[in-house]
Amino acid sequence: MAVDAGGAYLRIDHVSKSFGAFQALKDISLEINSGEFVCFLGPSGCGKTTLLRAIAGLDIQTTGRIFQGGRDISALPPAKRDFGIVFQSYALFPNLSVAENVAYGLVSTNRPKAEIDARVAELVALVGLGGQEPKYPSQLSGGQQQRVALARALAMSPGLLLLDEPLSALDARVRQHLRGELKDLQRKLKVTTIMVTHDQEEALAIADRIVVMNQGVIEQVGTPLEVYRHPKTAFVADFVGQMNFLPVERVAADRVRFGAIEFTTSGADPAARPGVQSMLCVRPEDIQIRNVAAGQGNTLKVKIDHMEFLGSFCRAELIVDGGRHLKADFSINAMRDLALQPGQDLTIALPVDRLRLFQAESHV
Amino acid sequence: MKKESLTRRLALMSMAALGSVAALGLASAPAAAEDVVLKVYTAIEEEQMPPYKEAFEAANPGIKIEWQRDSTGVVTARLLAEKENRQADVVWGLAASSLMVLDQEGMLESYKPVGFDQIKDDFKDRRTGWPTWVGMDAWASAICFNTAEAEKLGLPKPTSWKDLLDPVYQGHIVMPNPGSSGTGFLSVAAWLQMFGETGGWQFMDGLHANMNTYTHSGSKPCKAAGAGEYPIGISFSYPGVKLINDGAPLEVILPTEGIGWEMEATAIMKGTDKLEAAQKLADFAASAEANKLYNQSYQVLARKDVTPELPENYPANEADLLLSPNNFEWAAGNRQAILDEWQKRYGAKSEPKS
Amino acid sequence: MSDAALAPAGPLAADIRPSGNQPPRIRPQAGAEDWVMRGAIALLGVYFIITLVLPLYTLLIKSVEDKDKNFIGVANFARYFADPALTQSLINTFTVSIIGTVITIFLAFLYAYALTRTCMAMRGILRAVALVPLLAPSLLPGLALIYLFGNQGIFKGLLMGHEIYGPIGIIIGEVFFAFPHALIILVTALSVADQRLYEAADSLRASPTRVFMTVTLPGCRYGLISAAMVVFTLIFTDFGVPKVIGGSYNVLATDVYRQVIGQFNFQMGAVVGLLLLFPAVISFTVDRLVQRKQVALLSARAVPYRPSPRPKTDRFFLIVACLIAGFLLLILGMAFLGSIITFWPYKLVPTLKWYDFTRLGTDGWGPYFNSLRMAAMVALIGTAIVFTGAYLTEKSRGAKGLRSALHLIAMVPLAVPGIVLGLAYIFFFNAPGNPLGLIYNTMTILVVNTICHFYTVCHLTAVTALKQVDAEFEAVSASLKVPLFRTFWRVTVPVCLPAILDISVYLFVNAMTTVSAVIFLYASDTKLMSINAINTDDAGNTASACAMGMVIVVTSAVLKGLHSLLVRRLHKRTQAWRQR
Repeated sequence: MAVDAGGAYLRIDHVSKSFGAFQALKDISLEINSGEFVCFLGPSGCGKTTLLRAIAGLDIQTTGRIFQGGRDISALPPAKRDFGIVFQSYALFPNLSVAENVAYGLVSTNRPKAEIDARVAELVALVGLGGQEPKYPSQLSGGQQQRVALARALAMSPGLLLLDEPLSALDARVRQHLRGELKDLQRKLKVTTIMVTHDQEEALAIADRIVVMNQGVIEQVGTPLEVYRHPKTAFVADFVGQMNFLPVERVAADRVRFGAIEFTTSGADPAARPGVQSMLCVRPEDIQIRNVAAGQGNTLKVKIDHMEFLGSFCRAELIVDGGRHLKADFSINAMRDLALQPGQDLTIALPVDRLRLFQAESHV
Repeated sequence: MKKESLTRRLALMSMAALGSVAALGLASAPAAAEDVVLKVYTAIEEEQMPPYKEAFEAANPGIKIEWQRDSTGVVTARLLAEKENRQADVVWGLAASSLMVLDQEGMLESYKPVGFDQIKDDFKDRRTGWPTWVGMDAWASAICFNTAEAEKLGLPKPTSWKDLLDPVYQGHIVMPNPGSSGTGFLSVAAWLQMFGETGGWQFMDGLHANMNTYTHSGSKPCKAAGAGEYPIGISFSYPGVKLINDGAPLEVILPTEGIGWEMEATAIMKGTDKLEAAQKLADFAASAEANKLYNQSYQVLARKDVTPELPENYPANEADLLLSPNNFEWAAGNRQAILDEWQKRYGAKSEPKS
Repeated sequence: MSDAALAPAGPLAADIRPSGNQPPRIRPQAGAEDWVMRGAIALLGVYFIITLVLPLYTLLIKSVEDKDKNFIGVANFARYFADPALTQSLINTFTVSIIGTVITIFLAFLYAYALTRTCMAMRGILRAVALVPLLAPSLLPGLALIYLFGNQGIFKGLLMGHEIYGPIGIIIGEVFFAFPHALIILVTALSVADQRLYEAADSLRASPTRVFMTVTLPGCRYGLISAAMVVFTLIFTDFGVPKVIGGSYNVLATDVYRQVIGQFNFQMGAVVGLLLLFPAVISFTVDRLVQRKQVALLSARAVPYRPSPRPKTDRFFLIVACLIAGFLLLILGMAFLGSIITFWPYKLVPTLKWYDFTRLGTDGWGPYFNSLRMAAMVALIGTAIVFTGAYLTEKSRGAKGLRSALHLIAMVPLAVPGIVLGLAYIFFFNAPGNPLGLIYNTMTILVVNTICHFYTVCHLTAVTALKQVDAEFEAVSASLKVPLFRTFWRVTVPVCLPAILDISVYLFVNAMTTVSAVIFLYASDTKLMSINAINTDDAGNTASACAMGMVIVVTSAVLKGLHSLLVRRLHKRTQAWRQR
């Protein structure tokens, strides 16, 4: 697992891929460090799976290079690369038992049988399937099948673990459980891992870093917190987590106007000229309703349209003057304390440090 | 793990079983190395093949016959299709008219076998001193008449070709299509020779009015008559005789005006690399011994010096009624024109009357 | 999202070069395995070229040549269409094909509906009976129909004065012959229905007729079209039935025979052969278009339909199915009767003498063993070639154009009448200077020809089976550094074993009954039972021809029985993993 001078284990360098006239990947550059767990996140058709398959060598990119452990693997066939892979369909061999599936790659390495058996037992135990070795895939639950697929992918101790929507076919509870295990396992084995997912919650929960992709380009790369808190683009802001968008007009470097109301925003953008149309973003949970002082800035009068009870909190649909809707999350405590009811009038505040501003035309 | 291997074993077992049968196919017995093997194409009946082969091989040690048998049309088509890359060495027992087609294509080697002078004139290629084919025996048109069915339908027994024009027979006659059957063609050629061009076509117009259907194969009309499908079938004697011996209520009638006939003949294929052996076979095919073998199935023989004996139930007067002279060259030369005319007159409306 | 300021920046976007010129294309490097695959695909291509493309080309070029091989353009075609008799057979062929197709599809649909959508009794037996015609050489129904409806036939009266010889006989014979082919397709089409659609229709209180018209029929319309096209092609190109029972009602297939066998006119034979090819190609194209649409229409998660008992309907369909099955068995039974009766119709004493084939001449039972050998070789080698070929076209990487071209070529044999293929083989393999001429006159050419003749259906079966195998197996095994052929042998083959067995049985049964393609190709020591039956019938021995046909039927039936036994055992043994 040699790491080159730059420190990155996997380096993707200006990779593009086209299928005929359609460009699936547009000049992608990315570095992934050794032992990192990276998620490729994006809606379907954004190019995340294409990028994963390029890394695996299953669909080789049109232009650009890929380096793994300092080695240029750009043009190598899959068999000459160093990775283990798990697919959404699991792709378990139905006619082979759990043990045979896990041992599949080991058998052709000509290791002694005892060694193989020991390795299989270790792997099966690792994914928590001890005692299930003689069973066939169809006799296992979906979650168990995915563990077998994982054990099989790890059997050859690959330098890179590729996971293509591995949890999508499972139901919600199993998915949550398995994703925790997956993260633990990865931390334990320190194997560099790339997971493709369209589920932002999953990506936020599991990844060291998230690569948000859209229409063949990378929108943002960052830790889950960075991506959530500081989305670089309106797309990321919208795709990751919940977000409210308000059309505003820039009046000064740090001030915008929404109708008759002016808001102060953080991080003055010197490039922005007054009069430019922008989008003001705020997350529902950042909307303040308690302790809104009378003379405080950034306040807004709204009416509660309806409320949706979501267990630990409540999501309210607020109507701003002029008919604009806003989503706001209220804790159960706040609800009780303020005796919130549909139809009620309310004054809310938008905290300055939680506001983001994007160019208007960038949000669809 | 156990179950998996069982599956595989099961599959392997079935494959192995098929494989062993298949392997049998690859292991065929080769002929002794020193023997010359002649590839002989023929259209003679299957039961005639073993005696012919045995007799020839006994008389000519060191030469073996490898048969390729099929119906006349298929053998001829195959010989023609193989023209560019000859497979056959000798043709022994194919309609002379077919051999003439091959001869027109320049595919036959000329050779005058030993005993050529004993062959009757009608059975010789008389164009040059060096014949390309030599006749063996002859078969002739005949009417197969089902007596049982005729009685049911109240049909009189026809004795001549012209009898068949009687409207009483309407829908009760079948004959082979001359376009697909040699027997059909020899009958048509004979009528045209016997009744003259105009008279022949007139006769066939009348016959066509009574005709139920034209069959693909030459023996089929007789066979159908034997099975009572139709009371009257225009065909040739041999199948009729066989059917009578099998118990069919059949009578083989030789029309009094005379009958068209065709001979089986022998020829050497041009370009054979076993010419010497091929010539030995041609000699044998023209010998008295061979003619006696032919006599087991045919009554009219090529050699003057072999007196034919009649198979059981074979019509006695066949030899006397044979159209003579039978102008094979004329028939072969005008074959396409005759068939075109026939097709024009009767082919287009050859849908069955129902 | 064009704003450069918003693009991912910092250390992650490593050295963006300000380059205006195009970066070099990555040329995927091929591993040893890729080369093996490419080699295998190339080999498959060569195989197709040798066994199909070149022979057909050699024959079809004759349609634009005269006897002396001069190019004469469409003169042969002009001559063909000028001849009223020949154009009549074109009309005849369409007539029997269309009527035969309509009847076959109607009956097969009723039968398939009864098998899949009702709870009628005896479904297992009725399904097996329906496939019986597949086991019989096409000569057999012809002969049986003569016994049944001929002028001496038992049921002659049913024809009300009409003749069995001609269109009626051809149509009945072809319906018998094509019925199982239509049934197989329609059973598949009717089996994939979605239970939920019927529940929805029921909850909306739709009448049974309305449900049938709005749910059942649209659901299987692609199956219906596909079945109709296959049946039409089969009837259009079949030679066996019209040869035996067509009388003087000429169709194109018998025209080829007459042109080639009766008049040695290969050029005209090629013209008619080409005409035989055209409708088949068209129906084949329609079928392909329809199939493509069907794939898009099948929803992924349907609840399979399970019929519930409806006593009245079930009884009605039982009667209908029994009548159809009875008709099929009647034909086979009559052929059997014909083979054990001393002399039909005059001496109705039972005898076994017609089964004593040694009486007939030198061959005796030899052709039977030839047939057995040939069928076994075809089944074994053919299955290996077809399945490997389907695997290559379906699962290998790269060479996409070549692979879809191969897939297309694999479809062609379905449209080529056997007699055309047989002649094509003579002209190609026996051409002077062709080094492959070695196999001429051997068992090998029969095997190669028969595999080619029946390639398409086997290929489609294999492709269907392979499509159901997870598409990522190859990717997984590459990531595990396991050679592809190992995964092929260890996983793909066992998973597809039922389909593989189906293919080999199909090939075996068809090799036992085939006539039209091999009639020009067999040699004295490779004569086949099916050909012997034709010759025997031609020589006037109908009873023995029936007996030979029956021997073929029984052999195929035994093999088919063994096959279903094997499949049942296989299912038992592999039940643990073979679910879904």
